[in-house]
Amino acid sequence: MIPFQYARANDVADAIKQIAADPSAKFIAGGTNLIDLIKYDVEGPSRLVDISHLPLRSIEPTSAGGVMIGAMVPNTDLAYHPMIEERYPLLSRAILSGASQQLRNMASTGGNLLQRTRCFYFYDTAMPCNKREPGSGCSAIEGVNRINAILGTSEACIATHPSDMCVALAALEATVHVTGPAGTRSIAFADFHRLPDNTPQRDTNLEPDEIITAIELPPKGFSTNYSYLKIRDRLSYAFALVSVAAALELDGDTIKEARLALGGVAHKPWRSSAAEAALLGQRADATAFAQAADWLLHGAKGYGHNNFKIGLARRAIIRTLDQAARGKPQSVSDKKIR
Amino acid sequence: MARSGTAKRATRTITMPDKIPIRLTVNGNRMELTVAPWTTLLDALRDHLDLTGTKKGCDHGQCGACTVLVDGRRINSCLTLAVMKEGAEIVTIEGLAHNGELHPLQQAFIDHDAFQCGYCTSGQICSAAGLIAEGKAKTADEIRELMSGNICRCGAYPNIVAAIQQAMERS
Repeated sequence: MIPFQYARANDVADAIKQIAADPSAKFIAGGTNLIDLIKYDVEGPSRLVDISHLPLRSIEPTSAGGVMIGAMVPNTDLAYHPMIEERYPLLSRAILSGASQQLRNMASTGGNLLQRTRCFYFYDTAMPCNKREPGSGCSAIEGVNRINAILGTSEACIATHPSDMCVALAALEATVHVTGPAGTRSIAFADFHRLPDNTPQRDTNLEPDEIITAIELPPKGFSTNYSYLKIRDRLSYAFALVSVAAALELDGDTIKEARLALGGVAHKPWRSSAAEAALLGQRADATAFAQAADWLLHGAKGYGHNNFKIGLARRAIIRTLDQAARGKPQSVSDKKIR
Repeated sequence: MARSGTAKRATRTITMPDKIPIRLTVNGNRMELTVAPWTTLLDALRDHLDLTGTKKGCDHGQCGACTVLVDGRRINSCLTLAVMKEGAEIVTIEGLAHNGELHPLQQAFIDHDAFQCGYCTSGQICSAAGLIAEGKAKTADEIRELMSGNICRCGAYPNIVAAIQQAMERS
C-alpha cells in the first residue's frame, strides 16, 4: 500500500476538525472497502482518520416509535439485534444477504452507505472511468457491462450501488443523520445517494467534511409481509445482479401500503412512486404485481451484456411481492426460491 | 497506457509518516511492535510476529484465508490496519490448541479429511471457531451460508461442513 498518515479521532467534533484540516484525508471505519481501494490504487488518501472507536455503537428506540442506529454499529450486530429481527426483519435479511460474516463483523452501518461501486472499470486503473477520473470516459458503456445498471444511467456512468442493506433502508424510508462543521442535518434516504448524471464521481450528497452519526428507522417495519430476494452468480458471497426489497401492508387481500426497492440495477436503490401507487387498493395477486414491476422498470435500458437484467428484474419483483403477500419471506440460507 | 491512479499519486505530497508503536494481545501473549500505518493486521502477524499460520490468499477480502479472531469475532485480517487494533485480543490458528491438545475443530478437520492442499485451512478453522461462538448456524445449510466467506479451491466443502458439524456437536 502507499504511505499515509494515521490518526484516531477522539470524538465527532475532533473527527470533523481533522478531516477539514486535510482535503486529501479520509475517514476509516470498518475499512472493508477503503483498504481494498487503497490496495488497488483507486483511492490515495494522504491521511486516514480512524473513526472506528467513536461511541456511535448503540441501537435505541426513539420517542417517535422508531429506532436510532449508531453509525459505528457493525453490520452483524444490526442484523442480529432482537429489535431489528422482530420489527424490521427486511433490514436484517438484506444485511445477511450481503458479503460474508467476517466482512459483516468489520463493516459499519455508516460505511455500508458509503461503499463504492464494484464496476470492473472503476477498479481497473489502466482504464478510463468517469467516477474515478472525471472526464476520462466510461469504459463500461461499450465494455463488459454484465453487472452494470439498467435504470437512471447517464452517458457518463452506468455503475451500480453495491449495498444490500441500503435497498432495505430505502424501502423502509430511513433517515441519515450527519454532522459537519456547520452543525447537524438529516437527509431522507431517497436523497442520500445520487444518480450519476454528469458528476458520477459523487456517489452521495454527503459533503467531504461531514460524518454520518446515525441512521434512523421510522416506526413502520412491515414485519408481517416483507421479503428480500437477491439474485446473483453464486448462491452466497456475491454482489446482486438484481435484488428486490418488498414490504406490504394488507387488509385481507387488499394492498393498503406498498414499498418496493431494487438493488443491483442503478446508481442508488431504485424506487418508483408510480409503482407503489399502482399497488394501492389492488388485490395482492400476479396481475397487480406485474403491473407494479412494469412501472418500477419503466425506462429500463440495457447496454448489451446486461440486457438480461430487465427480464430478470421483472420476474424477481413479481416473485418477491408474492413472497411478501404470502408472508413467506425468502430464506437467507435455503437458496430455493419458494 | 498511463496508469491514472499512479498519475494521481504523483500529485500527493506527504511527509513520510512515522511508524507507530502498538500493543496487541496475540494468542494470550502481550506483544509490543512498531508498524507503519499502512501495515495490515495480516502483515503484522506474519512479517512482524512471525505467525505465518495465517495465510495471505487474495489480500482483498474475497477468500477468507487470512481469517483471525479479534476480540472473539472472526474478521479478514487483510482488510484491517494493525494500528486500528491497538489493545485488541487476537487469536490465530497458532493459538487454538491448548497444552499440546488440538482444538476440537483441528481434530475434526483431520478426522474428516477436510482439506487437500491446506492453504485455506487455518482461515477455515478460525472462521469456524467464530461461527460456533456466534451460535447462529444450526443446520448444514446455515453452516454453508455462514462459512461462505472462506473459499476452498480444492473443493473440500462437504468434508469441511462435516468437520464443523462434529465440532459443534462436541462443543
